[in-house]
Amino acid sequence: MQVQMTVNGQPVTAEIEARLLLVHFLRDQLGLTGTHWGCDTSNCGTCVVWLDRTPVKSCTIFAAMADGHEIHTVESLETDGKLDLVQEGFANLHGLQCGFCTPGMMMTARWLLDHNPSPTDAEIREAISGQLCRCTGYENIVRAIRWAAEQTENSGEFASPGAQEKGVSA
Amino acid sequence: MQVPASFDYERAASVDHALSLLRRHGPEARLIAGGHSLIPMMKLRLAQPEVLIDINDLSDLSYIRIADNRLCIGAMTRHADLLASPLVAEHYPMLVEAEEVIADPIVRNRGSVGGSLCQADPSEDLSAAFAALGASFVVAGEAGRREVQGEDFHLGPYTTAVEADEMLVEVRIPLRPSMGSAYEKLERRAGDWAVAAAAAAIRLEDGVIAEAGIGLSAVNAAHFRSPQAERRLVGNPADQATLAEAASLAGADCNPSADQRGPVDYKRHLVSELTLRALVRAAASANRRI
Ligand SMILES: Cc1cc2nc3c(=O)[nH]c(=O)nc-3n(C[C@H](O)[C@H](O)[C@H](O)COP(=O)(O)OP(=O)(O)OC[C@H]3O[C@@H](n4cnc5c(N)ncnc54)[C@H](O)[C@@H]3O)c2cc1C
Ligand code: FES
Ligand code: FES
Repeated sequence: MQVQMTVNGQPVTAEIEARLLLVHFLRDQLGLTGTHWGCDTSNCGTCVVWLDRTPVKSCTIFAAMADGHEIHTVESLETDGKLDLVQEGFANLHGLQCGFCTPGMMMTARWLLDHNPSPTDAEIREAISGQLCRCTGYENIVRAIRWAAEQTENSGEFASPGAQEKGVSA
Repeated sequence: MQVPASFDYERAASVDHALSLLRRHGPEARLIAGGHSLIPMMKLRLAQPEVLIDINDLSDLSYIRIADNRLCIGAMTRHADLLASPLVAEHYPMLVEAEEVIADPIVRNRGSVGGSLCQADPSEDLSAAFAALGASFVVAGEAGRREVQGEDFHLGPYTTAVEADEMLVEVRIPLRPSMGSAYEKLERRAGDWAVAAAAAAIRLEDGVIAEAGIGLSAVNAAHFRSPQAERRLVGNPADQATLAEAASLAGADCNPSADQRGPVDYKRHLVSELTLRALVRAAASANRRI
């Protein structure tokens, strides 16, 4: 079957099998390997992408279900060579070790900060509670997200460089 | 890599369209809502539908509103929307408490109320919560819509009164402003299914319990309910002795099985304890609401 959708702002048309999962469509057919594929059982959250600007687990959605919709992957966070504050936070505060969980963590973090610019630590932990990290013990992930929130507060600017382009209101 | 069996994909544009697709493709066709129960089953080939009918476009089934003195919840309402609804928090805080512990925030963005109820997993949380609140279920089919009472909806594990050519469209809960409600669940880790869970709803009149609902999940209670505990409560004051006796009846009024989440006697004990905690909070809330 044929599908058409917008991926990271670009229109995409492709021929797929109906049983193809969104995570494999993104990685194998579009070459967007930033989105990772881990447990395959909706538990680890490394496959999180935005479907119509809402974080979802792309291993548990058929690509066919995204036909006509809008997808954002971790590749959309950086704009014109400028990293999103969440990405900077993960880099500066060691929010990752092996990096396997990182794309899903960052997509959820960006979404959280777009909806709740000054989350408490408890709110950050709740937001990422459906995502597993086997390296960091989560502490540095929470710090990285808090750092991104604080930068936004201090600058009084839009959270993500791409937020306006994505139509997300801070 | 888990690959589901091949299927044809159809997308429904309206409830009538979904129903006509179900009739046209017969019993090998399945609706797909959030897909967070069905897709894992398809990956394991426990489900191999020949046709999937996607109902995610039916945004007219995504609502929470009050009509005819009832709280009405559309079948395509996502868990996240139920959790965030001020209307739900005002009338039945138990539903918010249940949603807080259903899966995780990302799964809740996708999983739907209708999908949860129609999956009818024995450990499903909303079924127990709705049972305690005396909800009814509106089912649409070729002949029109019928309202199924709670007891008649859940026929057993993974089985409901919704026929292969029908679909669930709405859940209705009668409004009782003075009803207090609470939900208690024990899970092994954040986002997990319940070891056991208890839902309690209480309405007081002149210091006496006029109405009571006890819902249980993950312990194989018939229709997710404990009628014995409910009978012990109604007509009595909401004092410690009454609540404790009802809670211990609930522990006996179910049929848990031993599994990796624990042995049978542990689960019965857990049901009593969770029921008591839910009852105490529901009674306190009912007192404040008089
Ligand atoms: C990691 C994980 C953890 C979870 N933890 C919990 C938990 O702790 N507690 C809990 O209660 N649930 C839990 N769930 C289940 C979650 O709530 C599911 O989203 C839900 O059970 C199914 O909803 P869905 O919309 O995804 O349904 P789908 O998977 O789309 O559908 C499920 C079934 O219902 C049928 N169906 C769907 N909608 C309708 C309709 N309107 N009319 C008729 N039939 C319909 C489908 O044909 C299918 O047979 C968990 C799920 C995951 C993946
Ligand atoms: S790969 Fe999707 S949740 Fe683990
Ligand atoms: S950094 Fe290795 S899994 Fe999170």
